[in-house]
Amino acid sequence: MHITLNGEAIEITAQTLFDALVELGYGDMAVATAVNGRFVPITLRSTTNLKPGDTLEVLAPMQGG
Amino acid sequence: MSRFYGVELTNRLMLGTAQYPSPVILADAVKRSGVEVVTVSLRRESGTEKSGQDFWRMIRDLGVRVLPNTAGCHSVKEAVTTAHMAREIFNTRWIKLEVIGEEDTLQPNVFELVEAARILSDDGFQVFPYTTEDLVVTGRLLDAGCEVIMPWGAPIGSGQGLNNVTGLKTLRAHFPDVPLVVDAGIGLPSQAAQSMELGFDAVLLNTAVARAGDPALMAEAFSRAIKAGKQAYEAGAMEPRDMAAPSTPVMGKAFLS
Repeated sequence: MHITLNGEAIEITAQTLFDALVELGYGDMAVATAVNGRFVPITLRSTTNLKPGDTLEVLAPMQGG
Repeated sequence: MSRFYGVELTNRLMLGTAQYPSPVILADAVKRSGVEVVTVSLRRESGTEKSGQDFWRMIRDLGVRVLPNTAGCHSVKEAVTTAHMAREIFNTRWIKLEVIGEEDTLQPNVFELVEAARILSDDGFQVFPYTTEDLVVTGRLLDAGCEVIMPWGAPIGSGQGLNNVTGLKTLRAHFPDVPLVVDAGIGLPSQAAQSMELGFDAVLLNTAVARAGDPALMAEAFSRAIKAGKQAYEAGAMEPRDMAAPSTPVMGKAFLS
């Protein structure tokens, strides 16, 4: 299905957020996620289903002031 | 000893981690200055480049406390969502809450800031709000649950020092028991020392160190200046006067003319 990952249109086969992260290479990385602007905690990733057109944000630690 | 949500800091410099020439230089600045708190952020991560993972590993290896920020957020919703994501990744209740309201000055939107601070405090966060020196806003932030306030010295990254000394002195006097951290706008160690001489509890800065010719050396200079300023405040400064007063005793001076 088509979704938007960090502002870019992509195609995935996974149905859940957990599986999508594995498919997209984030498997064991320290990242935080939001779907359609809402934070999805790590405990809910495997039960959060994605649907076509969803917007996924995957954030990681970065330099900051 | 002032406490920041129960945490006592020996070193009252809080250091940002952005804009350094390299990760190694950032690590050197942290080590040489002996800072105990560094600010960090969250940004989009690629599933292939993984740059954030390397950064996070380096910060953890430094063994310092992290203060995640909500930099770049312009609304309550953005800031609250970012704070939740930061809490999960960094495993801390601390959040440096920034809600920007104006692009040229990066002045905080204090209305949205207060609302976001209330939501986050109610949700168990320990909020460090980036605000102005406004007394009323500070009162509202305290009412919202904040136990630390971070007034700006000058616009972020400007290096102008303390733009409103009178306002900051008034803030300090009005809230004598609240930990106050001067955040942003500091360009020189002398300005950081001035902040501490005014009675502030800590100074948070980034650009002045990261953009220095030798960031590690500048970080150490800031650390020393902040310690000196704190000692000066505790020692109690003399009252300035308009006219000269001889420091050497006049009594006993020889008559030689």
